[in-house]
Amino acid sequence: MLTAVTVLTGLSLALAAALIAASRWLPERGDDAVERIERLLPRIQCAQCGYPGCRPYAEAILAGEAEINRCPPGGESTIRALAELLGREPTPLDTSLGSASMDRVARIDETLCIGCNLCARACPVDAIVGLPQRMHTVIARLCTGCELCVPPCPVDCIEMVPRHG
Amino acid sequence: MVDVTFERYLTGGIRLAANKTASTEEPILRGFIPPLLVIGLHQHGGTSAVPIVAVGQKVAKGEPIALPGAPPSTGVHASSSGRVRAIEERLIPTGTKLRASLCIVIETDGEDRRFEGGSDEPWPESREVRIERVRLAGIAGLGGAAFPTATKLEAVAGTCKVLIVNGAECEPYISCDDMLMREAPAEIVAGVIRMADLVAAPRVIIAIERDKPRALEAMRKAVTAAGDPRLAICEIPTVYPAGGERQLIELLTGEEVPSGAYPSSIGYVCQNVGTAYAIERLAARGEPLTSRIVTVTGGGVARPRNVEVPIGTPIHYLIEQCGGYRRNVVRLIHGGSMMGYALPADDLPTTKATSCIIAAAEGEVRESFEEWACIRCGECASVCPARLQPQELLTAAAARDFDDLEALGLDDCIECGCCDVVCPSHIVLTERFRGAKRAFAEHARRLALSAEAEERHKRRERRLKQIEEDRRAAQEALKAKLRADEEARRRAVAAAVERARQRKRRDAEP
Amino acid sequence: MNEPEPRPSTAPRRFETAAPPHAIPTRSVPAIMRRVLYALIPAAAAYTWFFGIGLVINFAIAAPAALATEAAILSLRRRPVRRALRDGSALVTAALLAFALPPLLPWWIPALGGFVAIAAKQLYGGLGKNPFNPAMVAYALLLLSFPIHMTQWLPPRMGDIDYTPLTAIEQVRYSLFDELPPKRTVDAYTRATPLDAVKEGLREQRSFQEMSATSLIGTFGGLGWEWVSSFVAFGGLYLLYAGIIRWQIPVATLAGIAVPAMLLHMVDPERFASAAFHLFSGAAMLGAFFIATDPVSASTTDRGRLIFGAGVGLLTYAIRTWGGYPDGVAFAVLLMNAAVPLIDRFTRPRIHGHAER
Repeated sequence: MLTAVTVLTGLSLALAAALIAASRWLPERGDDAVERIERLLPRIQCAQCGYPGCRPYAEAILAGEAEINRCPPGGESTIRALAELLGREPTPLDTSLGSASMDRVARIDETLCIGCNLCARACPVDAIVGLPQRMHTVIARLCTGCELCVPPCPVDCIEMVPRHG
Repeated sequence: MVDVTFERYLTGGIRLAANKTASTEEPILRGFIPPLLVIGLHQHGGTSAVPIVAVGQKVAKGEPIALPGAPPSTGVHASSSGRVRAIEERLIPTGTKLRASLCIVIETDGEDRRFEGGSDEPWPESREVRIERVRLAGIAGLGGAAFPTATKLEAVAGTCKVLIVNGAECEPYISCDDMLMREAPAEIVAGVIRMADLVAAPRVIIAIERDKPRALEAMRKAVTAAGDPRLAICEIPTVYPAGGERQLIELLTGEEVPSGAYPSSIGYVCQNVGTAYAIERLAARGEPLTSRIVTVTGGGVARPRNVEVPIGTPIHYLIEQCGGYRRNVVRLIHGGSMMGYALPADDLPTTKATSCIIAAAEGEVRESFEEWACIRCGECASVCPARLQPQELLTAAAARDFDDLEALGLDDCIECGCCDVVCPSHIVLTERFRGAKRAFAEHARRLALSAEAEERHKRRERRLKQIEEDRRAAQEALKAKLRADEEARRRAVAAAVERARQRKRRDAEP
Repeated sequence: MNEPEPRPSTAPRRFETAAPPHAIPTRSVPAIMRRVLYALIPAAAAYTWFFGIGLVINFAIAAPAALATEAAILSLRRRPVRRALRDGSALVTAALLAFALPPLLPWWIPALGGFVAIAAKQLYGGLGKNPFNPAMVAYALLLLSFPIHMTQWLPPRMGDIDYTPLTAIEQVRYSLFDELPPKRTVDAYTRATPLDAVKEGLREQRSFQEMSATSLIGTFGGLGWEWVSSFVAFGGLYLLYAGIIRWQIPVATLAGIAVPAMLLHMVDPERFASAAFHLFSGAAMLGAFFIATDPVSASTTDRGRLIFGAGVGLLTYAIRTWGGYPDGVAFAVLLMNAAVPLIDRFTRPRIHGHAER
């Protein structure tokens, strides 16, 4: 009986010491963590999660300040991937946030465009081409569906259309 | 003795009932011309051909009606003489699925008049010009995929180790290659020799399955007669899918085509015997590809046989030519019973990819799709010719676990269907994998879009930052300049004031 | 051009479509389960000849219990009941359990066994999803919960028995009503199995050679048991021939038992039983051909199966020789079941066209 108690206590102390040593002296992976989270996000910078970009959202998730169900373009697959990475429960997408989706692209109605350039300035991936006072158009292949160009347009000439077909 | 042996036995594959006797009892039916032809311009792999005729125009047999599009592509020709009645979009069967394609609809006049222009030009000397002729002549792989032959040959011209001629025809029901080898072996061998010259192949292996003794005999005689030391025949075991490109290369040479790469990357090229025949017809007689042998078979057709079919023949004419349907026909299949796909109607036209039409009768094909759960028996893994683990792919596909699917080699699945046949739970594994491949492709597209968005965003941030810095630098420069100007002005003023003071002093002195 | 399309003599026809391959599958789950049951018939005949009707009684109770449990759980899960019951897997589980159980038992033990076995399958998700062999889960639970009942076996009906064996009716009466012929107790009829007796004997320093000469051990294995094992093996060979099982697991399992047995017996024939004794006593053959080969809970890759089988064999031998139980097949199988995901992960063959990792 005494042997058993001694052996188990000794093992526990030894393992605890090993864990403390590892947490002290093995290299920190702080940066890695944020990047690993960010990599699971769509990185289209639509800001519909409430944070000004995908990186800030990733940081907020890591800090425990943000829920993992706030990314509309990422959808369910992103929630599940985040849940698996972080060991948290997957929850349904917060549908009050917005409707950005990578399955849609922006389309400028050229009959209404006045060339104000506000949409091009808003696009986080420079997918809109056009000079001031000249016609603007969206390069559909580069458009990510983030919808950031829609509010700034003063003549409301931008609509979201399906990407294929 | 023209035979060689193969290097390695296939791991996997299954023995299937051949079901080829019914269609090989009679010789190939020739001279059949349907009243209407619907010739698809995008019936081959690569880009669509571009039409060069107009509605109402009279065309002759072999006349070019469409030129190759951007490579890889190939031309299209009138399969018989007649008049163009329409150029319109229609559904046509390609190698793996139905596709919407611009089609040239020709009403035939029954005369089968030959096109005169250009057919008596001699076969050119230069390799490049020859390949160009092959491209213009509309020759595509006649094994079922219809990939432009010129592009495939170009890829290995000069780097080819072995030209493999595929006479395996391992899929049940299909017997068109068997019949062609029995009836036209000399022309096939002549075509093979021309192909070998085109790609400068030091060795040629013609692979023929063991269950075709008459074809083997005919081809052996023809190869011996041709006397070309590069050529050899290899009798291979009757296993499905030994005739698949990658499997055939592994069987014959022991080498494996790396995943994601083509056989040309390791110096091999596979061509079907029918394609060799077409090349010989082009080189010797100036004939472009206007017809191919099609096996019409199945319990649901009255007189199964092989037919030389003009490209673009609507299938119902073909069935009619073979005695019409039997009462118990339940399905119409384009291709063989393992990889062929079911057609919704029989007014679709044949294409260069149509090797076989099966009118399947009740009881001949699978009609119940009830499944049990996977019991992990592993039979599927033991028959997979690509050495995959279908039972694990099934779980990963259901979970849409894309990382696992990639690691398990979903990309390497050739969709041969062996796993479905041996599964005791009757799971439609191959269809699941097709769905998984589509979802995977979609997922890959999203990842690529995300990566590109991230890159463009970073560049945009850099650009904006640069603009901001330039602006600030310009501002600083302007401020400095203003300061300098101010300083200069001040000094000028001070100097002028000083000069004035001096003058005043001088004036004040007597 | 407004002329109508030339009308063909046969108008175009529509067809139903289906995805390829169109070939009809060659195997089916119910057919496999049926063949396994057929393969057990010779063994069942031998068993009944030597040990009486107990096997049949146990199966007659365990099978309905299993089917009823399956029906109940499936309807709770809102799954189709008829279809699942018809696949025959519950019957196979009940049959294997009946073979594993001693022949003289009160009815509620096989009933409980049938219930537990099917629960162990359905609670994980039903057919194909259970990580542990259901019959062995039930056996292990019964063995640990009712050790006295589960270690009372009958002697074979040959050799020198010092009493009149129970008749069939008497066995049924015991099972259902716990009644025995007057003035007898259960102890009067039951004995330890040869495996159990040999193990005890070796512990008491008796020599194996000496025990072989007694009526415990027949020609090559335990008395009576050697024939049952042989008939089990015949059934197993039929399964191999019919392609129901593959050779890797049976060969590896038997090797895992026979090789250490042979080696240790060569080193010290007094203290270690022979390989023949081990192979033809207890559940070695049943385990090798029928239990470890359960496809759902065993490894699925060929190399993995060799490892799995070897593990089952070695663990069985270890438990028999040095462990606390006379036969280790059930525990060996359950332990190796737990290792299967790991084994499968590391024994995948190299995919065509991929480089060596």
